[in-house]
Amino acid sequence: MRLLTIFTFLTFCCFAAYCNTITVGRTGQVKNLKQAIALANPGDTLLIESGRYLEGNIIIEKSLTIIGENFPVLDGDNKYEIFTIHANDVTIKGLKFINTGVASINDLAAIKVLDSKRLRIINNRFENTFFGIHFSNSSQSWIEDNQLESDAEAEHQIGNGIHLWKCNHITINNNTIKGHRDGIYFEFVTNSLITKNFSEGNIRYGLHFMFSHNNEYRENTFSKNGAGVAVMYTTGVKMINNTFKHNWGSSSYGLLLKDIRDSEVRNNHFVGNSVGIFMEGSSRIQFTENEFKQNGYAIRLQASCDDNTFSKNNFSANTFDLATNGTLVLNKVEGNYWDKYEGYDLNKDLIGDVPFHPVSLYSMVVEQMPSAVLLWRSFLVLLMDKAEKAIPAITPENLKDNSPLMKPYDLNKRS
Amino acid sequence: MNRIIKYVFYDMLRTRFIVLYTALLFVSTFAMFQIDSDADKVVMSLLNIVLMVIPLISIVFTTIHFYNSYEFIELMLAQPIDRKVIFIGEYLAVVSSLCIAFLIGCGIPIFLHGASFTALTLLFCGVILTMGFVSLAFLASVLTRDKAKAIGIALLFWFYFSLIYDGFLLWFVYAFSDYPLEKITLTLIALNPVDLARVIMLLQLDISALMGYTGAFYKDFFGSSLGVVLSTVVLCLWIIIPFSISLRIFSKKDL
Repeated sequence: MRLLTIFTFLTFCCFAAYCNTITVGRTGQVKNLKQAIALANPGDTLLIESGRYLEGNIIIEKSLTIIGENFPVLDGDNKYEIFTIHANDVTIKGLKFINTGVASINDLAAIKVLDSKRLRIINNRFENTFFGIHFSNSSQSWIEDNQLESDAEAEHQIGNGIHLWKCNHITINNNTIKGHRDGIYFEFVTNSLITKNFSEGNIRYGLHFMFSHNNEYRENTFSKNGAGVAVMYTTGVKMINNTFKHNWGSSSYGLLLKDIRDSEVRNNHFVGNSVGIFMEGSSRIQFTENEFKQNGYAIRLQASCDDNTFSKNNFSANTFDLATNGTLVLNKVEGNYWDKYEGYDLNKDLIGDVPFHPVSLYSMVVEQMPSAVLLWRSFLVLLMDKAEKAIPAITPENLKDNSPLMKPYDLNKRS
Repeated sequence: MNRIIKYVFYDMLRTRFIVLYTALLFVSTFAMFQIDSDADKVVMSLLNIVLMVIPLISIVFTTIHFYNSYEFIELMLAQPIDRKVIFIGEYLAVVSSLCIAFLIGCGIPIFLHGASFTALTLLFCGVILTMGFVSLAFLASVLTRDKAKAIGIALLFWFYFSLIYDGFLLWFVYAFSDYPLEKITLTLIALNPVDLARVIMLLQLDISALMGYTGAFYKDFFGSSLGVVLSTVVLCLWIIIPFSISLRIFSKKDL
């Protein structure tokens, strides 16, 4: 280990000795960015002074470090892609990208990366960009501390905030993405870490991925996105400590899981979503220590899901805790706290003595006839639910929590 | 007429029932605010009171009161006063006392804890339902001379509007679930004041997102100014129509 450190240090020193710094700007050696890139050798640093640079599409094919002072503005003039990077070891830091072009055929981006490795996109700002950061076939990169903001009105007018296609080993940390189509979009992205991002008010999904195996999502917040978070066709997803909140609308979900397998959803907060989790065709997912609060449906579990486990979750103030569309039960619900539980605990071990049936009759009725929901909260529905609780006839009898908690779990002490 | 209203009003206060009713509403509303600090959830719980308890109490109390003051009405009729004046006076006195009881009982705790638009809608719905069910009670009372029978009819009204009608609606939605039902169910809901008040409240509580297409359609309708006007008009019809029928029967009735 020590040897490695020394080696790295030495290499760094060597590089530092050979690297030049080129200052770009009104007072610098070079007035424009394209010229500076042409002049630079691989490994050089370009220091960009604050100002506005209107240079069309800038292609970077050398390993450069580009650093902005006081966020110089790179303007795409509503026509161009701004940076196209096709080189390893490029660092982009402290720049502000505005007004990329909008196109239906090309994915014009503020920063587009093709077939590259070891990039760092750090502390940049993006305003009114079509795609913000667009990676294809790249790996081992960092995307950190960026702020992306756009204000499109329709899906076809705007691209994704952070868009990754066929990438691996990417770290996406502490970015803020607002008003794009999808906040974060992955397709064929593997072994990546997504942490502490804030994705709010995007037109479609806050986070959207497909075929992106073995990624880990921690401490992200997805809030007020058009349709929440939707993830599909993936195995080995870890979602820990994220917050899904206020995704409220008739086709909005906190988290939509379609064909997800062998995954873990732990310690997340689902607050105020019209549907907390919607699951379809998903198997072997562990849901533990999550909080479901003030959702319309906490969980909508389609009968096509199997072998999933729900344990140690807190359900409170949801309209429906659990809804399903069939009577076949292949999932396990065990040891959760339900605020609608009315049982007792004679031996005081804090576990209720009678099982809790989280599926209410009325949620089954609504699942079959959506327009019946207009009777919700009427006296009739109340009576029907009570009668069904006493003698279950329509609701799946085996879908029950045999050891419901009497008191909610203290989820905060662990996080 | 003012004098009649005044007499009936004092008479009702003397029975102490109104005072008890106010106290009950006040204590339960206050207790709900104590148990739960979230004002919206309290409104949800109050919704059950407004939709079930208030119609029941309004209709039963009014029917009993009408028969208890039968002698007073007969005495009044012996005087040179128009029947309509007596009847309208009775109605206004009962309605105003019940509405005041409701507004004091539920309104004061709500205003103490900060009134939201939702809470105000709830108060509005409560007042309208009180007025509607008092009208229905008067209708039940003039339909028959027998007190027990009238209370039976009144209870039937209540059962019909809060239970039987919903059962019918559920069956209807089930039977015709293959068809687009939005406009028809909207009309059907307008035919029941309790349902109408409930749907107005549900849309306030933002549950509409759960209701899918139906919810979006309803929200669109009730959110528009036309929808607000129309639903208010329909609720008012539920006050006026039963009352005018009972007024007509009463003016022609051989007492």
